[in-house]
Amino acid sequence: MLQQNIKYEESRDPDFARWATEQTGGENIRRCIQCGTCSATCPVSSYMDHTPRQLIHLAREGFKKEVLSSFTLWLCASCYSCRVDCPKDIHVTDFMYALKRRAMAERVYPKRFPIPVLAQEFSRMVQWFGRVNETIVAAVMFLRTDWFKLLGQTGLGLKLMRTGRLSVFPESIRGRSELQRMLKAAEASKEKEVASR
Amino acid sequence: MKYLYFPGCSLKGTGKAYDESLRAVFAALDIELSELEDWNCCGATAYANIDETKSHVLAARNLAIAEKQDLQLIAPCSACYLVLNKTQHALREQEQTRRVVKEALAAAGLQYKDSVTIRHPLDVLINDVGFDKLAKRVKAPLKGRKFAAYYGCQIVRPYATFDDQYNPTSMEKLLKTAGAECVEYPLKTRCCGGSLTGTLPEVGLRLSYILLKEARRRGAEALVTVCPLCQFNLDAYQDKMEEQFDMPILYFTQVLGLAFGLDPRELGIKRGIVSAEAMLAGGR
Repeated sequence: MLQQNIKYEESRDPDFARWATEQTGGENIRRCIQCGTCSATCPVSSYMDHTPRQLIHLAREGFKKEVLSSFTLWLCASCYSCRVDCPKDIHVTDFMYALKRRAMAERVYPKRFPIPVLAQEFSRMVQWFGRVNETIVAAVMFLRTDWFKLLGQTGLGLKLMRTGRLSVFPESIRGRSELQRMLKAAEASKEKEVASR
Repeated sequence: MKYLYFPGCSLKGTGKAYDESLRAVFAALDIELSELEDWNCCGATAYANIDETKSHVLAARNLAIAEKQDLQLIAPCSACYLVLNKTQHALREQEQTRRVVKEALAAAGLQYKDSVTIRHPLDVLINDVGFDKLAKRVKAPLKGRKFAAYYGCQIVRPYATFDDQYNPTSMEKLLKTAGAECVEYPLKTRCCGGSLTGTLPEVGLRLSYILLKEARRRGAEALVTVCPLCQFNLDAYQDKMEEQFDMPILYFTQVLGLAFGLDPRELGIKRGIVSAEAMLAGGR
């Protein structure tokens, strides 16, 4: 047990630590005094493997594997309690977003894990139609993770239908191609910025 | 008075009652709402998990379209309200974001000069219309009804623009103007679980359960919300909880509309999965 809690110098990744401080939300993590206010105010910290306080410490010390494979990132519901309560003005919620993006880019999350799948399907729908249809996004998420759970949603679906809140046809904006052009331009201009650095 | 209106995707789907009641209440107050031309999804919390810059591009397109008219922009959904504000902050504070977003907007012949004011309808009702005018319009005060005013996360955090971040009170004042009573509800800004109710129900439903249990314990007959996702989480999953609360979840605009004497059908009262009819008839 004790053995597991010991961290060794050689497993630190200084590049990752540097990367962390360069992210939106990561700017101030070196100032963290480990007071634990974030963990205390977080409504889901009791479900986390590392509390937000621990995760910030692990990240700034460069323990990449522990950080990116932590369940903590995915539990963050973006309620911003930690951010407003942090005495050192660390934007913890935004830092969690940065870690989630990195974990997705490196594909270090459980396959069929619903949270990244929901984010992917949501974004795909926005890119495609310009708007999101909640029913379709939720249905696709269940199909891609655990289709059996979709069956479990039948009752909810019927209730939403009865109250006129279920729509199965995606709504599209007129400026679809314009939006896609914008997203492409953003990508190109970001690549240019990275290349010129 | 006239405002631009950004309904957002939820208000066109599961949050239809919010859209209906908001339009009805504003019409009753002679405030014109002009729906933002060809608005797109704000990106919500999900898109920021995928790409940060592009999430700002999505919000910036809406801001750029809004800027063409010299009107303030009303965003009723908490996620939209937060995301639009967040992008505005990022454009002011982050040089790189500003550069990339500018190029992206230019690709569609758009530009944004940072002149749009983003407002929440609660803010507009209280600060632009004012309690005096609202009180005069109240025809059917909701006497004896006891509500828990629930704000959720994202209209007060991280950018508190019109109310206190830790103990907001604007909704209580509005509900009292409608003739109702408000119970003390210290969990008013605690998270409802957000999208976790769908992705990790064992966690998400627990958060919603805590909110409902406390509202019941405090003697609330219904919980009043400002956000379509909070309304959905608290309303749609009550049968999945270990205790039966049978507590209606209303939008503040619905409550105000009822007090104005508007037709409940116009306010989407029947769209609640937990019916509010018995409670409103005073049968509880």
